[in-house]
Amino acid sequence: MADETTNTAAPVAATEGGSSSSAPSSRPDGGGDRGPRGPRPGGRPGAGPGGPREGGRKFFRRKKVCKFCVEKIDGVNYKDVRLLGQFVAESGKIVPRRLTGVCTPHQRRLADAIKQARNIALLPFSTR
Amino acid sequence: MQRTYELMFIVRPDMTEEDQDKLVATLEGHVATAGGTVKNVERMGKRRLAYLVRRFQDGIYVLMVLEGDGAMVKELERRLRVTEPVIKFITVRVDEEQKRLAKVKALRDAKVRGKGTRAAAAEAAAAAAAETAATAPADTTPASV
Repeated sequence: MADETTNTAAPVAATEGGSSSSAPSSRPDGGGDRGPRGPRPGGRPGAGPGGPREGGRKFFRRKKVCKFCVEKIDGVNYKDVRLLGQFVAESGKIVPRRLTGVCTPHQRRLADAIKQARNIALLPFSTR
Repeated sequence: MQRTYELMFIVRPDMTEEDQDKLVATLEGHVATAGGTVKNVERMGKRRLAYLVRRFQDGIYVLMVLEGDGAMVKELERRLRVTEPVIKFITVRVDEEQKRLAKVKALRDAKVRGKGTRAAAAEAAAAAAAETAATAPADTTPASV
């Protein structure tokens, strides 16, 4: 935890220094990256490995990409229990995009498919 | 209006093969009388249910791919509801999704062939979409008019 806070703090200083001296253009980028990222390490500790963070501009960003876009899975089918199961929590809940990284259109289809699968008893509504 | 539907239903796990055959045969008869056609029947076999349905832990899943109109589905669902061994069923319309998938696939193929130039890809996709649009009604012409 302490390590993570120092991680976030270090680039701040780097951008601050960079903006004042040589690279003013890098600053808005840095601010944008840092803003939403701040509280996250606390929310999901150990979610991703540290990336390149030296150089002031290159920030560590968790590689979270939509599985469906990457693997080119077009249709999300309610019969594919193994696929849907990856996006259902132990309790039977649909895992939010924020945790899985699925893009909005795919999450929409995924949610529909999961609900259909629940209706035909392929997936649980909730686990007992 | 002919549409493609997937009808998935679960029958009680203690149902014999012959009874299943009989049930599927009667359903096919009902589909035929409603003016539809059965494209495919798939026995998915016995599976554990995710939750108890009428006190059953397991069920035998059967998937039927049908073509027909909404009235056919309505009638079929009514009959399934009163068919005692059927413990659960779901009807899903799939033609729109298939059309969408064909479009996406055509777009992707065009992109691969067109080596990334956006205009070429879009052009090819449009052509492919037109092609699928042309073929799709051709398949369903007998009843769609």
